[in-house]
Amino acid sequence: MRNFISKAAEAIPPSGIRKFFDLALTMDDVISLGVGEPDFTTPWNVCEAGIYSIEQGTTSYTSNRGLQELRDSLSEYLKDHYGLHYDADREMVITSGVSEALDIAIRAVIDPGDEALVTEPIYVSYAPCVTLAGGIPVPVPCREKDQFRLMPDALMEKISRKSKVLILNFPNNPTGAVMKRDDLKAIADIVVDHDLLVISDEVYAELTYGGSHVAPATIDGLWERTITLNGFSKAYAMTGWRIGYLCAPEPICDAALKIHQYVMLCAPVMGQIAANAAIRNGEDEKDKMVREYRVRRNLFVHDLNRIGLPCHVPEGAFYAFPSVTSTGLSDFEFAEQLLKEERVAVVPGTVFGDAAKDHLRCAYAVSRKDLKEAVIRIERFMSNLPN
Amino acid sequence: MDEKDHLLLQLLEENSRVSVDELSVMTEISARDVECRIAALEEARIIRNYSAVIDWERAGNGEVWGIIELKVNPERDFGYDRIAERISKFKQVRSLRLITGTYDFQLLVTGKNMQEVARFVSEHIAPMDRIRETATHIVMKNYKENGNSLCGHEGTERIPYSF
Repeated sequence: MRNFISKAAEAIPPSGIRKFFDLALTMDDVISLGVGEPDFTTPWNVCEAGIYSIEQGTTSYTSNRGLQELRDSLSEYLKDHYGLHYDADREMVITSGVSEALDIAIRAVIDPGDEALVTEPIYVSYAPCVTLAGGIPVPVPCREKDQFRLMPDALMEKISRKSKVLILNFPNNPTGAVMKRDDLKAIADIVVDHDLLVISDEVYAELTYGGSHVAPATIDGLWERTITLNGFSKAYAMTGWRIGYLCAPEPICDAALKIHQYVMLCAPVMGQIAANAAIRNGEDEKDKMVREYRVRRNLFVHDLNRIGLPCHVPEGAFYAFPSVTSTGLSDFEFAEQLLKEERVAVVPGTVFGDAAKDHLRCAYAVSRKDLKEAVIRIERFMSNLPN
Repeated sequence: MDEKDHLLLQLLEENSRVSVDELSVMTEISARDVECRIAALEEARIIRNYSAVIDWERAGNGEVWGIIELKVNPERDFGYDRIAERISKFKQVRSLRLITGTYDFQLLVTGKNMQEVARFVSEHIAPMDRIRETATHIVMKNYKENGNSLCGHEGTERIPYSF
């Protein structure tokens, strides 16, 4: 029999932590800091809107673009919160989570051989999506000494004649880094000079602490060359509802919409209705969750530094990103031994690219009580390491 | 009152046993400042008391709760205040509110059993001057107390790793 697996599918790597995942499932009493989703359930008023829609028999397809009322709400929301201007009818598509938005954005603009500059450390999907589209992902390291922001010199070093797209994800998973307006301005100059397109995944935008999120598309010269991606999963604790969105200038949006209509048709209708409820009546609940993440971040990062795992203060998302260099273990060794010996699950940084080597991603989207217990266990684990 | 005061109040309302040092880390202000702010909030009687939320049913005390509604004739010059003060002095009265609607006061009353609650109402509350009518409701089950759910499963089942 032939090998039926496509070269494209073979070219993308399997999950880097399958082994850990299987191991954790066999263990009791694991505190998982390995989860990239909120520990809160979706606010009840949002759930009720979804439930009501099902009771009313609203179970059909929506238009490919998504429900008009959700797009109208979003258009207003983006303007009020981030100063982003996108037309609800021409420059927006509702997707099945940001994951789908990312895929169709990349496929709408990448041709075989095109290079996509992907900042690292970064969430695991970007490079494989570029590969699947026939493109070549080119990692651009964000360094710890720069608080994991993207610096112009690092970007310049990786730009070639084939560069077409720059993929950004700030606030960043896994580092929690954010880009301030000045940081983005410096990057914008390079983007414009080299005629690049930005794909900006801003799913953690609402989880920005001690300052407002700056959307790249609000920087002079970038709107017309930016695809903005966002969604409801993180801010409103709606991961399982699978609702995201893509905003872009009309020609790019139309190209992405074409792909969306063939591969997804539309995002789930009950999810869209719930998302609209979230945007209209979920602000207070969202603010409460954001406040709680910030409190946890403060406690957890303080504790990590206290027990000897140096960690910068992440200004966004819900991840701490401590270095394990001082322990003499690699990030994989640390994560594996910690899981086996103390039943604390963390994700080794290398999973998020070489630039994340010797770091751990620890999600603080767990209760304060569990965070405290996790710190006790990590401290005990470290005290048992040979000097 | 600023944003940090609000945050302190919210954190203390959730857990009044949290230490000053922890509050300092959580709120990003110095421990000294935390102490001063709490003292000021206590002084201003914004923080009235530090207490625990207890599921007495689970503790096995078998305490009975009654919700008592009262129609009251207000008093010239004092309105409802003096009669409210008198009622609130009974230790059985756990909370007392002036409300809109058919009744004027709503009381939360505790007793060892239903008879004790009923006796308290009939012997101490109903005969008071200015009380025109009472309605007594016995609480059958507490599902949520002071923002805390007392039933079922809270939170969500998550897989151990996701990116």
